[in-house]
Amino acid sequence: MYPYYILTSCHTKGDIPMDDLNHLNSTHFDILKEIGNIGSGNGVTALSKIIGRKVRMKTPVVVLAEFKDVAAFLGGPEQLVIGILVGISGDINGIMMFLTKVGTARKMLEILMGPAVPGAQDGEEFTGMELSALKEIGNIMASSYIGSLAGLIGKEVRPSVPYLSLDMANAILSVPATEFGKSADRALLIETLFEAEGENVSGYCILAPDVTSFQIIMRSLGAE
Amino acid sequence: MSRDMIVVGMADLNVAASPGILTTIGLGSCVGIALYDGANKIAGLAHVMLPDSSQIKNNANAAKFADTAIVKLLSDMLRAGARREHIKAKLAGGAQMFAFNSSNEAMRIGDRNVESTRKILAELRIPVVAADTGATYGRTVELYAEDGRFVIKTVGRGGMTL
Repeated sequence: MYPYYILTSCHTKGDIPMDDLNHLNSTHFDILKEIGNIGSGNGVTALSKIIGRKVRMKTPVVVLAEFKDVAAFLGGPEQLVIGILVGISGDINGIMMFLTKVGTARKMLEILMGPAVPGAQDGEEFTGMELSALKEIGNIMASSYIGSLAGLIGKEVRPSVPYLSLDMANAILSVPATEFGKSADRALLIETLFEAEGENVSGYCILAPDVTSFQIIMRSLGAE
Repeated sequence: MSRDMIVVGMADLNVAASPGILTTIGLGSCVGIALYDGANKIAGLAHVMLPDSSQIKNNANAAKFADTAIVKLLSDMLRAGARREHIKAKLAGGAQMFAFNSSNEAMRIGDRNVESTRKILAELRIPVVAADTGATYGRTVELYAEDGRFVIKTVGRGGMTL
């Protein structure tokens, strides 16, 4: 299982003019779902090449949630999670974030490096080598998504190098939440499910374009 | 969570009288603004996300912005029986969660939140008596209305009481 959440802003009370941002209708939903589908698919293909195993992807599920509830999807606001952030610049500006629970990160490392890594630790402690590997996984997933998005909308978008943080879910989510907070209080979650043979691995991707970039994305995709 | 714990969410604020406890979980770049009237034992806690409501169109939620949240929190506390001259402030949060290039506006938000909070408190003549801000890690805070103590917890980086 490999759920992905691509979060984009949308308004709550109808008090925001449409040109301000995100008047979400079923077409927008479908478009965002499709971006999630393609981006996740490419990311998983890249990942499966690296781990040398087949990875299956399921149809994405779209959820609209209050931003304050997003942490619940990661196991609660105080849940220790790993966030890998990739900055986006070019025609689209913003941030892309890949999130996993610590337990999931362990599983990913086992898939990637094998169960008997010398010096490997249990629980919430990670070696520098393990954090580097996780950063690279996050980088692959985030960059694949950014590439897919750029290709789909025909814009030039450059990912930054990846940055990693291991902390409480809420603290890490405050970074994309702040980006959304400028325009909206709710977020669109696109959940994509993946399954590597026998192994259930869950990750979450959050796209937080700035206000202008969100409009560019929607316009490029033909949404009013 | 122990007795009478009132959870303040992201972009949210609340007020409690003794023996109430206000808490907000996982402050990252956001700032936890704790106001306390020790004479009347009235506490107020805000979890603000952004420095300035005037720069944002979607600014209906006063608790989201440092400028409007402090004003609202203050007025809620006065209504709950606090006296303005007794109110003192403690701050926590405003971290930079990722070591991202600081020239990126979005990534400097923690610093800007703290700067804005301090500026507004100074304008309102509310003294900041203690603060644990900045750095690169998340903080969970608890504000005790009985004595105004502000307990800060982190993951793997210890804690402190202000």
